[in-house]
Amino acid sequence: MRKLAGVYLGAVAAAAAVFGCATMPTDAQTSARAAAVLKASFRANGQAGLDRLDQDDTQQACTQYAGKTPPKDVAERIEKTNLESIVWPGDGKYLGDWKNGERIAQEGRGKQYSDDPKGPVGGNCYACHQITPQEVSYGTIGPSLYQFGKLRGYSDTMRKYAYGKIWNADAYAACSNMPRFGHSGILTQQQVKDVTALLMDPESPVNK
Amino acid sequence: MPAMIRRAAVRAAFCVGATAIATTACAQTSAVDEIAKYRAALQDGNPAELWEARGEDLWKTPRGPGKVSFATCDLGLGPGVVKGAYAQLPKYFADADRVMDLETRLVWCMVKQQGYSEADATKNPFGGPGQKSDIEALVAYITSESRGVKMNVAMDHPKEKEAFALGEKMFVYRGGTHDFACQTCHGEDGKRIRLQDLPNLMTVAGAQKAYTTWPAYRVSQGELRTFQWRLNDCFRQQRFPELIFTSDASIALTMYLARNANGAVFDAPSIKR
Repeated sequence: MRKLAGVYLGAVAAAAAVFGCATMPTDAQTSARAAAVLKASFRANGQAGLDRLDQDDTQQACTQYAGKTPPKDVAERIEKTNLESIVWPGDGKYLGDWKNGERIAQEGRGKQYSDDPKGPVGGNCYACHQITPQEVSYGTIGPSLYQFGKLRGYSDTMRKYAYGKIWNADAYAACSNMPRFGHSGILTQQQVKDVTALLMDPESPVNK
Repeated sequence: MPAMIRRAAVRAAFCVGATAIATTACAQTSAVDEIAKYRAALQDGNPAELWEARGEDLWKTPRGPGKVSFATCDLGLGPGVVKGAYAQLPKYFADADRVMDLETRLVWCMVKQQGYSEADATKNPFGGPGQKSDIEALVAYITSESRGVKMNVAMDHPKEKEAFALGEKMFVYRGGTHDFACQTCHGEDGKRIRLQDLPNLMTVAGAQKAYTTWPAYRVSQGELRTFQWRLNDCFRQQRFPELIFTSDASIALTMYLARNANGAVFDAPSIKR
C-alpha cells in the first residue's frame, strides 16, 4: 500500500512536471526545450563537432523569427553587426580569378562530416542559383545571377557589394538563406574574391 | 543518374531559342522533362520488393538470444499486427513511456523481447556495400503493409503533442557553418536544389507528398532507405554533426512531418533516383 501511494505521488509529480502546473509551455520554453533535445540527439563526427549546434546571435534571432520577417529593429541590428564584421581586402581589390570562381561555384564538397577535412571546400553556388548560361543544372532557392555585373554595372560600389554579400549575406538581408561564406570560414578570402570575379568580371561568361 | 542528367543536358544544348534567355529556359524545360521520363521509367519494377521479402522473413523468424519472433511486438495496433501499423506512427507507447517511430519501436522490441543488447540492436541501421541492414529490411516489409492506407497519426497524449511541438521548432533551427535549417531548403513552394525538386515540408500538401513516399529504394545507392536515414542524411548535408539513430530529435521531426501528412494515402516503399 505504501509502495502504491509512492507510485501514485510519483505519477502526480511527473504529470505536474509535464504540464508545468497545468499550463501549456510558452513558445520560448518550447524553443529552449527543442534546442536542448536537439543538442542531445547528435554525436560529433569527423570535422563536424557538437559546437556546430551552438548558435551565434544571428542564428538565434533568425531561428526565433523563422518563417516571418523579423521586426525592423531586429533586422537592422542583425545587418549592422554582420556588416561591421566583414573583412575587406587590404588592397581594395575585390575581384580574383573568375575561372577559379566557376570551379568554386560548382564544388559541392566541404564542411560535411563525410568530407575529407583536407579536401576541397566549395561554395556550391549552383545548388541555389543560376549563374553561367552554360550550366543548366542549377537550383532556384536563390535568385538568378546570370548577367549580374552587366545588369548592375561594373562600378567599384557594386564590386564591393558583391564581395560583401558573398562574405556575409546577412549584412544586407537579415536571415538570408545564403551561408555567410567568408564570415563563417567556409571560403578563404581569395575564394570569395574569385567568386566575386565570376559575377563581376566583364570577361566572365556570366556577363556575356 | 548524373550520366542521365548529362545526356539530357547535351540534348537540351541543341534546343535553340531566339535569344540567350530563351535558350536557357528551353534547355531547362528539356532537362526537367528528361528527368521526369527517367523517373517514370523507374516505376516499372521496384527492387524494394527484395527488402520487403527479407523483412517479412525477419519479422516471422524467431531471433536474438531470446529466440522469439516479432509476433509479440506491438507496433500500436496490437501484438504482431503489421497491417496499417506504419500509417499511425509515431505514437506514444505506455510500456516504454515514450513517443516512438517505427525504427525506435523495432529496437525496443529487439531489446525487450528478443534479448538483444541496445548496442547490437542499433549497430547497423543503414546498409552499405557488403553490409545488409536488418532494420531497413524490416522497415521495408512493415511499411509495405501500409500501402494504400490513409496516414492517421494521433496527437492525443501530452507526449505526442510535445514531440510535434518540438519537431516544429527543430525544423527551423539554424546552425552549423552554413546557417542551414530544414526550412532553408524545405520552406517554400516550387524550389529546386540543382535540378532536384524540393518539397515544402511546412505545408500539409508538401508533407503529404513527401512523407508518403518514404522509405524508398535509392537507385543511386542501390539501397532501401528509411525515414531515419532521410533525416540523418539531410543533417549531414546541412553540415550538422551526425544525427543519432532513434534519438529524440529524429522522432520529434518525424512526428511533425508524419502528423502533417495525415489524410494522405501512404504509398511506399517507393523508388527514387
